[in-house]
Amino acid sequence: MEMEYSWELRLYVAGQTPKSVTAFTNLKKYCETHLKGQYRIEVIDLLVQPQLAEGDQILAIPTLVRKVPEPIRKIIGDLSNEEKVLVGLDIRPVK
Amino acid sequence: MTAPVAKISRKSHHDMKSIAKVKTGISGLDEITFGGLPKGRPTLVCGGPGCGKTLMAMEFIVRGIDLYNEPGVFMSFEEKSAELIANVTSLGFDLDKLQKEKQLKLDYVHVDKSEIEETGEYDLEGLFIRIGHAIDSIGAKRIVLDTIENLFLGLDNQGLLRAELRRLFQWLKEKNVTAIITGEKGEGSLTRNGLEEYVSDCVILLDHRIINQVSTRRLRIIKYRGSTHGTNEYPFLIDNEGISVLPITSLKLDRNVSSQRISTGIPSLDKMFGGKGFFRGSGILISGTAGTGKTSIAASFAAETCRRKERCTYFAFEESPQQIIRNMKSIGVDLDQYVKKNLLEFHAFRPGLHGLEMHLTGMYNLVKKFKPSAVILDPISNLASVGLTSEVNSMLLRLLDLLHADGVTVMMTSLIKNDMVEENVSSLMDSWILVKDVELNGERNRALYVMKSRGMEHSKEVREFMITSEGLKLIDVYRQEGNVLLGAAREARQKQLETELTKTQARRSKIKKVKR
Repeated sequence: MEMEYSWELRLYVAGQTPKSVTAFTNLKKYCETHLKGQYRIEVIDLLVQPQLAEGDQILAIPTLVRKVPEPIRKIIGDLSNEEKVLVGLDIRPVK
Repeated sequence: MTAPVAKISRKSHHDMKSIAKVKTGISGLDEITFGGLPKGRPTLVCGGPGCGKTLMAMEFIVRGIDLYNEPGVFMSFEEKSAELIANVTSLGFDLDKLQKEKQLKLDYVHVDKSEIEETGEYDLEGLFIRIGHAIDSIGAKRIVLDTIENLFLGLDNQGLLRAELRRLFQWLKEKNVTAIITGEKGEGSLTRNGLEEYVSDCVILLDHRIINQVSTRRLRIIKYRGSTHGTNEYPFLIDNEGISVLPITSLKLDRNVSSQRISTGIPSLDKMFGGKGFFRGSGILISGTAGTGKTSIAASFAAETCRRKERCTYFAFEESPQQIIRNMKSIGVDLDQYVKKNLLEFHAFRPGLHGLEMHLTGMYNLVKKFKPSAVILDPISNLASVGLTSEVNSMLLRLLDLLHADGVTVMMTSLIKNDMVEENVSSLMDSWILVKDVELNGERNRALYVMKSRGMEHSKEVREFMITSEGLKLIDVYRQEGNVLLGAAREARQKQLETELTKTQARRSKIKKVKR
């Protein structure tokens, strides 16, 4: 059975572009720091599954979508600004 | 301020030799573009709010599917798919069905700034993938992006957006889909964000303006790279069948003419035209002061047309069809039977309902559908309330040209006040009949004469004209001292002549008797 995480994040990318890689690395880092053990990241490559772009209204690449907790939030870009990402996802930094 | 577009321009110049075109299927638009939109390239359709951009784009897609078997994608950045479907149902477009048949793909792209946070670098590859997927899923040949400028409201990085849009249009060309990009008119520029800089092959401007409280829609092709196109402003109409653009008439005067003659419906009037009546396909003007029987002449002509089992369209700007039918019955002209037989079609409306151009387009559409051999406009003088004389004349000229091109006989009636004569309209007409009130010796009589009739013998006499319960009649001419007598004077003269005649006859027989 799949585990229920209190944070479900989806990262939309299109192939292994430097921007996508940077975004994933950044995201992983923030999550490990602030949400350890409570999160799951699903990476969706639109080159492989283009039909998924419509559902989450994806325009920009990379796009991070917070599915859980609701409401849905989106952050676009390579997530280089930690503060903005945390505000965007509404994560209270640890300490 | 904006990035240069040199790269694109150079490329388009390169493959300019011959432009392949794609028919839009929108009535009239393919004529003024000489064959349609540039194939495999984007066309910008811009204009203010409510000017019909979305509808034109949608019709482009639907007609493409219906008429040319070209599947299409409609990417909406404004209206949700369900709204779009509902909005065009009234035009008979069943988008649901087309979607199920995999002929059409509607995709609503939602952009909301409040939901999106931007941090760091990104591109619009997601949108590209989405569009690409939509195109590939149904093998689309046509695509609409309506209105892609909304992206500018949703995203902060305008520089990036511009670069990406340029890349998008280039990419669409590579995909070889014919695209319509819509854009809202900006202040001092064609679109709010200068899309015209990126989409430069063909630009169509739609306009919806109000003049004297009457709305008119117009369309103009601002640019069509590598192709000739009509440069005027063309009126267009949105009705229950979509858009129709009325092309201006060809400037050449080379229509086919018929030498066949058709009866006026009034035997004694036929006589004035060499006994044969009007030319088929000619233009006839009946002008006269109030209450002189213009409508009666027109109705007689309509009835005559239908009697020959030909169709006739009657545009009434003053009276309702029921009124005309009732009134004409009193003079022995039964129009009702022809309406029932579907030979006669009435269209009655107040000129103030639309602008002139709309009338023109609307009337032409009705004529195209009914295919009458004669059209009556009663009276054209009422149109003057909607536009300036010059505009009315140019509209009538165009209508005449269009109808003549189809070989339709056109009869117009016109109310004249006092002795004022509409020279402008009359010069366009082939035959011109004037009906006048003549007040003399304390009575009013109607007099009719033929002012002109091109290419035929016609009477130059002033004839007394009577409206009787058996129809219209022209009375034979009675003269006295060089004047034509009318009414009571004529009757007196008639009597006098009759008595003289009997007297003469009596005298003659007397002489004969004497001789014998």
